[in-house]
Amino acid sequence: MERVHHLWLTDAAEPASWLLVTVGAFLVAERLQRLGRGSPLLNPIPVAVLLLAGCLALTGTDYATYLSQAQFIYFLLGPATVALGLPLYRQRARIRQHGPEIAAALLAGSVTAAASAVGLAWALGATPEVLRSMAPKSVTTAVAIGISEQIGGIASLTAVFVIFTGICGAMLSERLFDWIGVRDWAARGLATGVSAHAIGTAAILKRNELAGALGGLAIGLNGLLTAVWLPAAVSLLH
Amino acid sequence: MLEGCFTVLVCLAAGETLRRVTGVPVSGPVIGMALMVALLTVRGGPSAAVEQTCGVLLRWLPLLFVPAGLGIVQYLGALQHQLAAIGAALVVSTALAMAVSAWTMQAVMRWRMTREGAESQSMARE
Repeated sequence: MERVHHLWLTDAAEPASWLLVTVGAFLVAERLQRLGRGSPLLNPIPVAVLLLAGCLALTGTDYATYLSQAQFIYFLLGPATVALGLPLYRQRARIRQHGPEIAAALLAGSVTAAASAVGLAWALGATPEVLRSMAPKSVTTAVAIGISEQIGGIASLTAVFVIFTGICGAMLSERLFDWIGVRDWAARGLATGVSAHAIGTAAILKRNELAGALGGLAIGLNGLLTAVWLPAAVSLLH
Repeated sequence: MLEGCFTVLVCLAAGETLRRVTGVPVSGPVIGMALMVALLTVRGGPSAAVEQTCGVLLRWLPLLFVPAGLGIVQYLGALQHQLAAIGAALVVSTALAMAVSAWTMQAVMRWRMTREGAESQSMARE
């Protein structure tokens, strides 16, 4: 009997089990957000992370063991980054129509996001790994993780900083634009996509379709732009 | 679907190869994304298979960040004393980037509109 039990246990520890739990936790988190009427506070990524952190603690599993089983999901980040090319291609008409203002706003937003985050965190005493992990925080997660690994940051920290930034942006954007007097929906959408990637864009899309489209465009272009200038700037500083 | 997967993986592999050969400091998948845009432009649009594969990947994109995000549990202890600095930097820089970007976009749009307006007026006078 003990032997059977042992067999069952090894079976349960097969590579797919934490993969399964991850997908399950994410589906539960998505349902919770729907129940909460799509509130950005109930973003499924942090909710799923909390659920899984609880599971890891309860079963006494360490992160390395978890990742060895769930790494298939991690691998898919590469192909998913390539897939972001499709929505970017679909926005080509808008790039032609709004070219100069999009280019100016992208450059201003991309540099402000990275420089102000790193500058402020540095002034407040954050460590070098944290600064490197924070620099690409306004870029969409898949691309941000790639940039972070390249400039010597920690992928996990970057993922958390990016998601926190997105949730902040989703909650800030409407109020901030009213306050600073930006009424144009194209400008609002683009600025949200540049500073708060897909999480911010999803929130503003509910209010205005044009803003959503420009947010989507900004996510892709900002990923490309930051992936080009940020690693170059970091290597120049060294 | 299979053909779509193949196209995506070819872009990814080509991006990684280009990065290694040229030594540009841009990650392989990002070069792959640019190659995907170039490929779609040359072909005049996505095939049904490419659309399907990209659609599935993008639909589940948030799920893909969960394993990386969970890695934070390893660092929470070490980050304890920096949490306030990190939080403040993230909130302030997000608001600042949003404002600067929106102002810039609005300013350039207005400038272009007044310039175009002036051009059409001068053309009308001629």
